[in-house]
Amino acid sequence: MIELTNVHKGFGPKQVLAGVNLTIPRGESMVVIGGSGTGKSVLLKCILGLMMQDSGTITLDGEDTSQVERDAFLARFGMLFQGGALFDSLSVWQNVAFRLLRGSLARPKTEAREIAIEKLRRVGLTPDVADLYPAELSGGMQKRVGLARAIAAEPEIIFFDEPTTGLDPIMSGVINDLIREIVVEMGATAMTITHDMSSVRVIADKVAMLHAGKVQWTGAVGDMDNSGDPYVTQFISGSAEGPIEAVR
Amino acid sequence: MKPITYPLAALGRATLGFLAMVGRVSIFAGQSLSHIIRPPFYPREFLNALLHIGYFSLPVVGLTAFFTGAALALQIYSGGQRFSAEAVVPQIVAIGMVRELGPVLVGLMIAARVTSSIAAEVATMKVTEQIDALVTLSTHPMKYLTAPRVLAAILVVPALVGIGDIIGIMGGYIVGTKQLGFAPGAYLTNTWNFLETADIVSSLVKGAVFGFIAAVMGCYHGMNSGRGAQGVGRATKTSVEAAAVLILAANFLLTSFFFAT
Repeated sequence: MIELTNVHKGFGPKQVLAGVNLTIPRGESMVVIGGSGTGKSVLLKCILGLMMQDSGTITLDGEDTSQVERDAFLARFGMLFQGGALFDSLSVWQNVAFRLLRGSLARPKTEAREIAIEKLRRVGLTPDVADLYPAELSGGMQKRVGLARAIAAEPEIIFFDEPTTGLDPIMSGVINDLIREIVVEMGATAMTITHDMSSVRVIADKVAMLHAGKVQWTGAVGDMDNSGDPYVTQFISGSAEGPIEAVR
Repeated sequence: MKPITYPLAALGRATLGFLAMVGRVSIFAGQSLSHIIRPPFYPREFLNALLHIGYFSLPVVGLTAFFTGAALALQIYSGGQRFSAEAVVPQIVAIGMVRELGPVLVGLMIAARVTSSIAAEVATMKVTEQIDALVTLSTHPMKYLTAPRVLAAILVVPALVGIGDIIGIMGGYIVGTKQLGFAPGAYLTNTWNFLETADIVSSLVKGAVFGFIAAVMGCYHGMNSGRGAQGVGRATKTSVEAAAVLILAANFLLTSFFFAT
């Protein structure tokens, strides 16, 4: 279980997170929604330790994440980045098997390649993609490779940062379905940040709405449409009228 | 604050900012060295860096050294004629190339070619979240990106300097023997006899220091780049400027250390 308590993070005078409280139970898929610039990515990076929060605590299974052994902590995570963040200088299979070729999870090259090809198959890519380089792939294929890399070491917790940004609606649907299938199949705890409502409806067990640096509303995805929260209602409907300012 | 103190305040801010940056760069350089000697090691990254910094720099280093050596021979000959000292061309070309021009020109070429490319590559990796991805894949960016490049530069730039010295002397030799009428055997004998071990050692030490500076500057500015294309461009430009100035400053200090007695 991931638990955030009163987490604050600012950049100069701008307070991005202003007391976030959020619990992500083990095995559940939590989707954090919110407008652009509301601190969704910052929240995710604070959990992973890519940024340090200014105050507040983040715990994983009761352990303060700032006190844990970093390698063991990170080995429990997989992450799909917004732009894929694939390494340009490595081939597709080497990207997918990156963790399996180095460090504590290292295994023989042939075995790592086999696992990479199997993971590529799992995300709907054929083995002939394995020896291509990221620059030779379309945006949708890069997302799939990023997804294959995120699940390659079978992590307990997977983070998805804007998984459908820049994709057409059909490819977005494919990626959403894949994420849902993989999370269920692996029994992983998942946290997704997005402002794509179609992703939310497919991926989420629970939804948290982030606004003005705080969690404005949280609840089951089925309750989202009738939440009664004006922020959630405005966000879902995409209306310019409501408590969320259209010009930020 | 009174307007009369504005310039002083600006000077103070600039000084503090400069000292803070010197501190950050020094810590980064120290960390780079410490990651070189502590596992895990990334041999593939090291070999790639060796190839990129060393082998692929050979053409530009060779051409620069050749033309510099050739021009130096002409200059010394025409200058030496003013006081009947044109016979010292082989010795002055040798000492000039080995002690000074070889290391400095190779250092500056490496700053232009390698520092810029490292800074642009690392900065692009930062902007596209590849460095964050490395961290989430339990890989320390300093170990994976910085340490192999810095170690490769420390090892391979002295070799480039040595090659540059030889090619520069050969440039002088070709001009001296084909254009200025020196006897080939005598030219080489004079060159060889005049050079001392300290000249060659200083040249190679300078190469190692300049390689270290070039790689550290590329990595530091890449890792600390701003956002977007502008951030990458600024990081690249600043890294080359900083590397070139530091190489010239280090050259002065090393020359003082080796020869100012």
